[in-house]
This record gives sequence, structure tokens and C-alpha cells, in this order.
Amino acid sequence: MSELQFTIDGKDCKAKSGQTIVEAARENGIYIPTLCNFQGMKPAGTCRICTVKVAGRYQAACTTPAAPGMIVESNTPEIEDMRKAIVEMLFVEGNHMCPTCEKSGNCELQALGYRYTMLAPRFPYLWPVREVDAHAPKIYLDRNRCVQCLRCVRGIVTGDGKHVFALSQRGNKVGIDIDAQLAAGLSEDQAKKAMDQCPVGAILRKEIGFAVPIGRRKYDGKPIGSEV
Amino acid sequence: MGTNITAVVTGVVDAYKKDRSRLLDIVRDVQAQLGCVNDEAAAQIAASMNVSRVDVDGVVTFYHFFSKTPVGKYSVYLNNSVTAQMNGRAAVAKSFTDLAGCQFGQTTADGLIGLFDTSCIGMNDQEPAALINGVVFTRLNADKVKSIVGDMKAGKKVEDMVRDHGDGANQSALVKSMVNNNIQRKGPVIFAPFESGKALKAAVAKSPDDVIEELKVSNIRGRGGAGFPTGMKWEFCRKAQGAKHYVVCNADEGEPGTFKDRVILTEAPALLFEGMAIGGYAVGASEGVLYLRAEYMYLRKYLEDVLDGLRKKSVLGANAGGKSGFNFDIKIQMGAGAYICGEESALIESAEGKRGEPRNRPPFPVQNGYMGYPTTVNNVETYCAAARIVLEGGKWFKSMGTAQSAGTKLVSVSGDCRKPGVYEIEFGTTVQTLLELVDGRTARAVQVGGPSGTCVGKKDFGRRICYDDLATGGSIIIIGPNRDLLEVVHNFMEFFVEESCGWCAPCRAGNQLLLHKLEKIMHGHGTEGDLKELESWCKIVKSMSRCGLGQTSPNPIATTLQNFREVYEAKIRKGADYDTEFDLLASVQESCRVAGRIPNIHEEH
Repeated sequence: MSELQFTIDGKDCKAKSGQTIVEAARENGIYIPTLCNFQGMKPAGTCRICTVKVAGRYQAACTTPAAPGMIVESNTPEIEDMRKAIVEMLFVEGNHMCPTCEKSGNCELQALGYRYTMLAPRFPYLWPVREVDAHAPKIYLDRNRCVQCLRCVRGIVTGDGKHVFALSQRGNKVGIDIDAQLAAGLSEDQAKKAMDQCPVGAILRKEIGFAVPIGRRKYDGKPIGSEV
Repeated sequence: MGTNITAVVTGVVDAYKKDRSRLLDIVRDVQAQLGCVNDEAAAQIAASMNVSRVDVDGVVTFYHFFSKTPVGKYSVYLNNSVTAQMNGRAAVAKSFTDLAGCQFGQTTADGLIGLFDTSCIGMNDQEPAALINGVVFTRLNADKVKSIVGDMKAGKKVEDMVRDHGDGANQSALVKSMVNNNIQRKGPVIFAPFESGKALKAAVAKSPDDVIEELKVSNIRGRGGAGFPTGMKWEFCRKAQGAKHYVVCNADEGEPGTFKDRVILTEAPALLFEGMAIGGYAVGASEGVLYLRAEYMYLRKYLEDVLDGLRKKSVLGANAGGKSGFNFDIKIQMGAGAYICGEESALIESAEGKRGEPRNRPPFPVQNGYMGYPTTVNNVETYCAAARIVLEGGKWFKSMGTAQSAGTKLVSVSGDCRKPGVYEIEFGTTVQTLLELVDGRTARAVQVGGPSGTCVGKKDFGRRICYDDLATGGSIIIIGPNRDLLEVVHNFMEFFVEESCGWCAPCRAGNQLLLHKLEKIMHGHGTEGDLKELESWCKIVKSMSRCGLGQTSPNPIATTLQNFREVYEAKIRKGADYDTEFDLLASVQESCRVAGRIPNIHEEH
């Protein structure tokens, strides 16, 4: 695999051919915020938080391959404010009650809210009515907290390649649907994987909760992105 | 019921050989027989095709003309484009609800009639219009609705309710539609006389590279609106590695106000199909797909017949155009009601039987398109123009229009003018000249390029219609002096909220928030701060969205804020810094009503 050179905010970076800007940035010690992206999954580009500017055009860094000589703008006040706006949009378009959520402290959306010092969102709350689906024996799906990252759609498939989760409806009614029959067959490992991959508290395992107390969770001490 | 569902699903799924890429056709046919695709039908389709139930449901719920609940023996889809509203849609809708006995979004208790709103059906020059079981009804009024509802209650066949037929091929035995072409101005490219077979013959006499070169010389750019150079697109596709290549025609004109492709499909289908065959020859494809929007289902039999005729003349089929070894044929794939499918990669997803969600790029369709093969997707008008360029030469084409926008453009004109219809104009024509042609001199505003385009006022009527000034895929809506411009903007924003695919956050949430803010201003709760926020939010949605829909959906607000700021300023609270939009009195009353208490309110404030 050949190596190529490009820059992010003026810093020289190296990337392998075919690598996305997000992957390459990480390896070069630069944090570009992501939410829907998940290592090992084909990028979906749903949240757009990783948006950067390349040659005057806005592009999602998770779906755009780094190219030789590419000049990427990422950490500019303009882009950072628009990223913050997306975090705020995700908060107001769903119903996110952090204090009562099992995922608090491990939630990537909450962590991004802290990182971007979101106090009150600039947008009005939309208070959608969303259903909780608790039919599956091992997990439940709380659509109030869903950010439509599609990690569950991409990551949880049966042995014969069928989707357990899929998008339903469109526009502002779009939401994750769960195949009750296939979900009934999820193994313990798959159920755990579904919950762990969910960036928010939309997919939770039944009968297990708060095993790690709040205060000792992933983002309680250090902000998201500090690992880079 | 259960056994009936099983029999229907088995029959339909088998007819399509359990082909996953035909899921849209399968769902449509099942719904035609069962009246809807409910949970049980979806589960049975999924089981018999060995896919998950949620994947079938995902498709059923994505498309406007598919439904999980019964849509009625007669399903009425009444267009709610802004032009329909200008022409008395509200009264027509009221007649339907009064006479049918149910509200829009509902089906009558006896399951006879379903009433539904629908986005622009491509009849803006003859509104109000509706689709009833796929049959088009135009120029509706209260009397016509009375007769239609009477016919429905009498159990009449929908086809038999159509008494008058429109002009041209709308009268042909296979169409028999009341739709009118309204071709107001013919030009040299699309509606000039055409001898079927001649363009393809001229193309195959050259090498594919020379055909592409001719297109490059012509400077033709995509007629759908985005304006990518067609010659370059075909060249990329030709050069892309793949076991086979595809040619796809985007006949999903969904931009509210455009209907020119409908007229091409009616009056010049042979030119279109020949253009596709030329595309096939140029890129090295043996198969073409016409993706036809569901609203134009009434043209399908007619188009199939035209294709048959071309096969008999050897314009299509083996050794097409008389070129030994060039085999090319075209199939028609029906859409199911989704504006987003006009975006080329969403169209490909839909043509493959999936939800019409745009793809991430790279890879581009020319590299990895329909069924994973290199594919060129072009607009109906683009293929027609390509055929004409092969006949008349690239230099001839380039001699018309402007430096950056060669040739002519079909525009669909509707709204407040005396002569709505289709006009072939040279690129570079000013808005003023067009207004004179269509007799719309009183215009207060002109929406160029549909909701995703630009709303211009009098001071900009000297601007030119072309890619480098006011770009349009064909939609031109004239807005007269007595119209409430904010109502127009509101209609457009509701359209985008409805038609966003919902994949990416800024488009899904952002358009709702823009609509909400617009309503706040319309309701008299806006302040100067709200106008600034609107501007800023428009920029966020445009910059952060994944595809052309979200990148342009704020335009109704953004361009009216720019060109008609006074309309907004007249609505806001002067001098107020902030308005919570919270109405204490209304809230207390609502809470009392819910709780069954009597409000103790002193109404002196």
C-alpha cells in the first residue's frame, strides 16, 4: 500500500492509499469528532459531525479518502460551531434525559455535548413521540435516544446475513425498526455487542444495568477525543 | 385473509423469481391486490425472499405510494404543490372530504375511498390535479369532484371516469389521459422533427470515442439541473472497469413545478430511447433502464409499446441501429413516490429494489453504479439532446446558448401567468424575456429551479437562465402580486421535511427546525434575532448535509431572506430582542382542558 502526504489545518500528515481522512487524522494524532463512525464498519456518513472543508467544499471526513496534496480544514471556528450545531440538533430532535439513562458517562453524544460545552441548545426541542420496543428477550430499543447512526443496522446481522435492525419510514419520521423474530435469536454476545456499539442509550441489555457506577465511566474523567 | 395473503404473496414473488432487486415491483403488485402491505404481508414477502422483515418494511414505509394500512378501493392522491394551492386546491380538498366522508390521510370506514396529500405530480400547468389509482385528473373543481366521488360510490372503473382527453399522444389508445402537453414553444433540439433510427445510425457509424468527443465539443451539461458535463460523464463511465456497463435514464422529475420530462415522454419517447441507445453505444452498455416516477405510471403501457416498435425496427435489440455486435435494449423500472430518487445514487438504490437513500461517494455511479457496474445516469432531456447533437453536430449545439451553458433548455412554466406550459428557450434567456413569453408580466417573484432553486424579485428579472446565473432543471413558478410569499416558502419547506430521506442529521432535523422557525415568524412571534438565526441555520444545513437535497433545501428561506427581506421584517416584532413563543394563556387553557378543570384566569392582559 502506497503512502501519501496531505495536510490537516496546516499540519503535515501521512496516509495509506484508500484511508479515509478520519482514519488518517487519528493515526497522525489529530482528533476529528465522529459519532456514527465505528472502526471496522463501512462508514455511513449519517451524523456529519466529522465534516471538514476540502478545496472550499464541505465533506464528511469519514467517507472521504485522503488524497495526495489534499488540504483539509478541520479545527476552524466556523466548522467547530457547525459541529456543535449538529450535536444540538441531535439533542433536540430526540428525547435525551441523561440523568436517568443507563448509558450516561459512556454515551458518545453526551460526551460530545460536554466537549462542545453545550449548555442549552440553540434550537427549540421538538419533543417527538417515539416508541420503546421491548419485545426482544435480551435487549430493548429506546428510540427516544436514537441518533440514527446505523451502527446496529451495519453491525448486527444474523449468520445468514439478515439485518436484525433496519431503518423504517423517512424524513422526520425515520427510525430504527427491530425484527422481532430475528432479535429473539440473538446470542448473549450479539446482545452485548449491540449495546456496546450503540453510541447512545438506544439499545440496552435487559436485566443488566449500572454494573459500572456513574463517575467511573468512560467519559466521566476525560473528554471524548482525548485518547487521540 | 391469511390464506389470501399467502396466495397473493407467493404468486407475486414467484412472478419476479424472488429477485431482491425487484422488491419495489413486488410490493407494488402485492399492494394492488391486497390494498396495502400490512405486517403479515411484509413478513410473508420477507420469508419467501429470504430477507429480514424489517428490510421489506423499510421499503414499504419509505415510498409515498406504498402503505401498511389500506389505501381504499379508490385512492385519491391530491397534489399539494404551491401551484395547486394557487389554483383553488383548498376548495377541491374540501369537496373531497365533504363528499367522501373522510379526512386527508384517512380511508372511509367502508374502505371505498382513501384521501391523501401528495407532492408535485408533474401537472403544475393544469392544477389542481390528482392521481386516482394512478389515473390523472386535472383542472379539478368542486363540480368535477362531485362527479368523481359519485362515480366512485357507483363503483365505476377509474379509467371510465376520464371523459375528455388531452392533446397529442395523450389521446392515443394506450394513454387516453386528460393530461395536456401545453407545448407553448418548440425549439430546434427537443421538439423539432425527428426521423426515428437516424441518430443511432449516425452514432454507430462513428467510434464510441468519437461520439463522446462530439458531446464534448457541444459543451452539453446535464439537463437535470446539476449541470455536470455529459461528455465527461460518458467518458468516465466508458473508461471505468466492469464486466458490463449500464445506461440509466432519470425520469423521476420530482422538483415541484417541473413537468417537461412528462411532455418529452409523451411526445418524443423515440428520441429519448434513441439517445439512451447512443449512450449505451458510447459507454459500452448493452442494457438501459428507464427509471420512471410512479406519478407517470399512466404512460407505462404506451412507453412499452414504443420500445416494442423500436425493437421491430432494430433500433433496439440485437445489432441495434444496424451495428453488428452492438446489442442494446431498455427496460422500465417504476418508482414509488420519493423526491429523493431524483438524486442519481438514490435512484440507483431504488432501481435495485431498496430504500431510495443516496450513496456516499466516492465511488461515483460511473465507477460503481447500478448493480455495482459502471453506470451513467442522465436526465430525459439530456439523452434527447445527445441524440440531436449526434445528428446536427456539437458545433451546431454550441452555437446556441451561452459560453458556459450551451444549447436550449426546456422549462416548465406554471403559476400566475396566462400561458403556462413547456417552452424550449435558449440558455441565457432573461427572466424578463421569459415572463413576456408566458404572459406573466405582473409577477412579483419568480421561483427559478423549483423550491431547491432561487426565488427572485423584480430587481433580478434581468438575470439570465443558465448554469452560471439562475440554474434550473426546468421548473419555473410565477408568483403574482397578491400571493403571500411566506405561504409559498412554507409550502416548500413542508415539502422538504416530507421528502428528506432522513439519513443524515442536518437535513432530517435541520429542515424541521427551519420550518419551525419560519412558522414562529409567520405567527408573529419573530424578532430580528430570529431572522439572523434563520440565516445562520440555513448555512449549517446547506454545508453539513450529505446530498443535494439538504444542500439546497434551505434555499426557499435563504433566497427570500435575501431578495424579499421586507416580507419577513413586516412580520417580526420590532424592537423586541427575544420572544419565547410561549403563550401562557393558551397553555393554561390547554392544561385545564386536559385535566378537566375550570381555568381561573383574569383576562385583562
